[in-house]
Amino acid sequence: MSEPVALKLTAKDFKSDQEVRWCPGCGDYAILAAVQQFMPELNIPRERIVFVSGIGCSSRFPYYMNTYGMHSIHGRAPAIATGLSATRPDLSVWVVTGDGDALSIGGNHLIHALRRNVNLKILLFNNRIYGLTKGQYSPTSEVGKITKSTPVGSADAPFNPLSLALGAEATFVGRTIDSDRKHLQSVLRAAAEHQGSAFVEIYQNCNIFNDGAFDQLKDPGIRDDHLIRLEHGQPITFGADGRFCVVHPPGGFGLEVRDTAATPAGDIVVHDATVTDPAYAFALSRLPGLDLRNTPIGVFRAVDRPSYDSVVQEQLAAARSGVTETPEQQLASLLNSGDTWTID
Amino acid sequence: MRPRRAKRGAGVTKQIRQLDRVVIRFAGDSGDGMQLTGDRFTSETAQLGNDISTLPNFPAEIRAPAGTLPGVSSFQVHFADYDILTPGDAPNVLVAMNPAALKANLADLPRGADIIVNTDEFTRRNLAKVGYQANPLDDDSLAGYVVHPVALTSMTVGALAELEVSKKDAERAKNMFALGLLSWMYSRPYESTLRFLERKFAKRPELVAANKAAFKAGWNFGETTEDFAVRYEVKPARMPSGTYRNITGNAALSLGLVAAGVRSGLPVFLGAYPITPASDILHELSKHKRLGVLTMQAEDEIAAVGAALGASYGGALGITTTSGPGVALKSETISLAVALELPLLIVDVQRAGPSTGMPTKTEQADLNMALFGRHGEAPVAVIAPRSPADCFHAALEAARIALTYRTPVLLLSDNYVANGSEPWLLPDVESLPDLRVEFASAPNGEDGTTFLPYLRDPETLARPWAIPGTPGLEHRIGGLEKADKTGDISYDPANHDFMVRTRAARIETIPVPDIEVEDPDGDARVLVLGWGSTYGPIGAACRGLRQRGLSVAQAHLRHLAPMPANLGQVLAAYDRVVIPEMNLGQLAQVIRGRFLVDAISYNQVRGLPFTAVELETMLEEVLKNV
Ligand SMILES: Cc1ncc(C[n+]2csc(CCOP(=O)(O)OP(=O)(O)O)c2C)c(N)n1
Ligand code: SF4
Ligand SMILES: [Mg+2]
Repeated sequence: MSEPVALKLTAKDFKSDQEVRWCPGCGDYAILAAVQQFMPELNIPRERIVFVSGIGCSSRFPYYMNTYGMHSIHGRAPAIATGLSATRPDLSVWVVTGDGDALSIGGNHLIHALRRNVNLKILLFNNRIYGLTKGQYSPTSEVGKITKSTPVGSADAPFNPLSLALGAEATFVGRTIDSDRKHLQSVLRAAAEHQGSAFVEIYQNCNIFNDGAFDQLKDPGIRDDHLIRLEHGQPITFGADGRFCVVHPPGGFGLEVRDTAATPAGDIVVHDATVTDPAYAFALSRLPGLDLRNTPIGVFRAVDRPSYDSVVQEQLAAARSGVTETPEQQLASLLNSGDTWTID
Repeated sequence: MRPRRAKRGAGVTKQIRQLDRVVIRFAGDSGDGMQLTGDRFTSETAQLGNDISTLPNFPAEIRAPAGTLPGVSSFQVHFADYDILTPGDAPNVLVAMNPAALKANLADLPRGADIIVNTDEFTRRNLAKVGYQANPLDDDSLAGYVVHPVALTSMTVGALAELEVSKKDAERAKNMFALGLLSWMYSRPYESTLRFLERKFAKRPELVAANKAAFKAGWNFGETTEDFAVRYEVKPARMPSGTYRNITGNAALSLGLVAAGVRSGLPVFLGAYPITPASDILHELSKHKRLGVLTMQAEDEIAAVGAALGASYGGALGITTTSGPGVALKSETISLAVALELPLLIVDVQRAGPSTGMPTKTEQADLNMALFGRHGEAPVAVIAPRSPADCFHAALEAARIALTYRTPVLLLSDNYVANGSEPWLLPDVESLPDLRVEFASAPNGEDGTTFLPYLRDPETLARPWAIPGTPGLEHRIGGLEKADKTGDISYDPANHDFMVRTRAARIETIPVPDIEVEDPDGDARVLVLGWGSTYGPIGAACRGLRQRGLSVAQAHLRHLAPMPANLGQVLAAYDRVVIPEMNLGQLAQVIRGRFLVDAISYNQVRGLPFTAVELETMLEEVLKNV
């Protein structure tokens, strides 16, 4: 095989001519810039890249990308993208969605896209609020959240998006943060390399309706004690000088955080994103508390499973192999099949 | 009818009588194999060259409690030596495999009809199950009919005594005994049935033998018993020459979709979620991967239409098939497709609603939803097939409009055409419409470099279909209102007004064939206007009237949106317009609203097709009063 030709694209090539219309200071800007800067790395011609979104502030994203794009309807992007991916395996299809879009109205499509392992890169911009409709609580808002629609606090428990994706047996699950461009791009890179569904939760600040939702993970003074940066093959430690670590206590079901000093080195879990059993990544997804302490970011899981488009395309190819008749001839014999009779 | 006598080998003399048409209804428990029996009889009849029309009627439950009224399944076949339009109003012959089948169907039988009953099932227990106090075979409650009591089960078991089959399997072959008897009565060629049994039970040779033996026993019984003194013949019908096959509407529609793929050269993508009575189309299309048909059983109807739209966006012929409740779920996505101006085919096999309604019964009550059931001004093209075989051509026509005019098209079938069958004159593939499309491949802006995704073809008003993968045409589309030509987001009031009107004009100006009027006498003052599956019953009623010297005109709508350009003129030419529908007057309302015609709306929503007789009676009343 010949080496792919370097396309020499730049971030600018991925900027569309449309004026970006998010609120000043919105985390979506940072994500857009990070994605546009990352895209040339794919070395895929722009015409073979498609962004499909639902509805929400986040879902305006495709308008700003100089690729093919569809801003569809609320919650349905994974379904639409599934039809596109299944019939056009030559394309690189990205889904951009919000916490309401993906987890409320579109929850069903999301889990089924992940279960099918459709070859989609799904970027969920989680601001834990409904931005576009001006500030109602969302399925990722904390219990007791006071919003316009919940003046005395929301009564229902939130989804943990990664736990949900893992429950659907997503083959790739990662998390990153709008403000950390380098990290964001590293997760995008891993997602793009993954064959099948890649689910990436991006913590995104909505400075108008839920400002500071992820401050603990961003404030240089405290973030290191909150963030667990997952690195495949590395023992999971975090905090100043790695003072905390993650262990799997004997007899327990999940993972726990301990003081590194008091933990034998051999007890510290070495991160392995390729563990087939989703229970491991699920346990990682359960580590954070309500105060966002112990929040892992990075690639939780990346395992191999045939993607939906490849399986269905193989079925088509197998059915067609050895066929010598033209489609018209095949159609003629199909129409003439069964019990026929002739009248002269 | 000239009776003729024939000497049979067994020494029993049988009359042979010529008939021009017969309607037989096979009825039994849903476990009795009545659909299969009916299918086989139909196939034998087709081989003989009669014209045929069939109507299955089965319970929604997979296995309703045995021997009960809700568990009765039936199959009606009408065959004739001339072209017929319906499965027949009333059976001349009822085959009743148990008391429930007798009770459920008796009301449909005209006096004098033949009833063949399986006496073995007329036990006290079975009679009690359906509320018979006394055995109707013993009292004179069936005095008006010609009853043929036959111990079907025990005679079948007796005939198979020598074979290596269980008693249960032997009993189950009783439907083949019944088929053998009926095949003898109506002089049907049976070779295809024997071949069919060999295929069906290929893995269990003992069942091939048992079913064949049961069939032959039934045939021989007819030949030897004195109870059946007459044997009938129905001569082949005079039909256009060519090769035929008997086909149901769902099968024809599926083949039409496959053909649309072949004739357009596009991959076909079907997104569907199972629902009666549309699932068979999903089943059928999933068999045609060889022809590039990709099917996906989606997680729900919304995903099904979404995936179809995504496939269309990528350059496939995107299709979704469903019934009324599913169309309701798809509504938002269909509106998106209206805004995106992409081809999309939505097939609605209507059933009786609202809600779950009567899933296995027919109705035409989704017309309003098809025409108007979307938010915003969201016009789509709407087409309805008129008969089972017509589903093939209607599917091709729907695909042609979707592809040429880049629009969603709703194809309104219904349970009656979907499951009914008739002979289909197989078309020559080369004669089918050429559906090839051209994808956009180069910038269309005046400067030669910009691409304007909403710049329209002046003739079709269609926008370019620029599929991902085409270099230089990268663009974004979406549900937000678009500026004319550029497709950029636009909130400009004048632009929205223009775009709404343009989307309406796009549909309204699609050229569709003029509606044809059938008025053989040329002096009719009353026009009967129908749409969809009522074509057969309306046609049969009109024939009935004409045979009695009355003039009536018939016109049938295939295109419900846009409507034929000459429709207003046609309607205005008659003193009265009558619109029979299996709903409460949905087309009538449109016709009244659009053409200011004081149409008479005649409605029936029993879950069953109109009978020709009821329409004839109604029309006669109208004729009297003009
Ligand atoms: C069918 C439908 N219902 C409701 C809406 C209104 N709506 C638009 S966006 C949205 C929520 C968006 O929240 P999220 O997905 O979190 O996106 P964000 O704006 O926060 O990025 C809602 C309820 C809609 N557009 N369509
Ligand atoms: S409302 Fe929030 S999410 Fe939406 S653009 Fe403004 S800051 Fe961003
Ligand atoms: Mg949100």
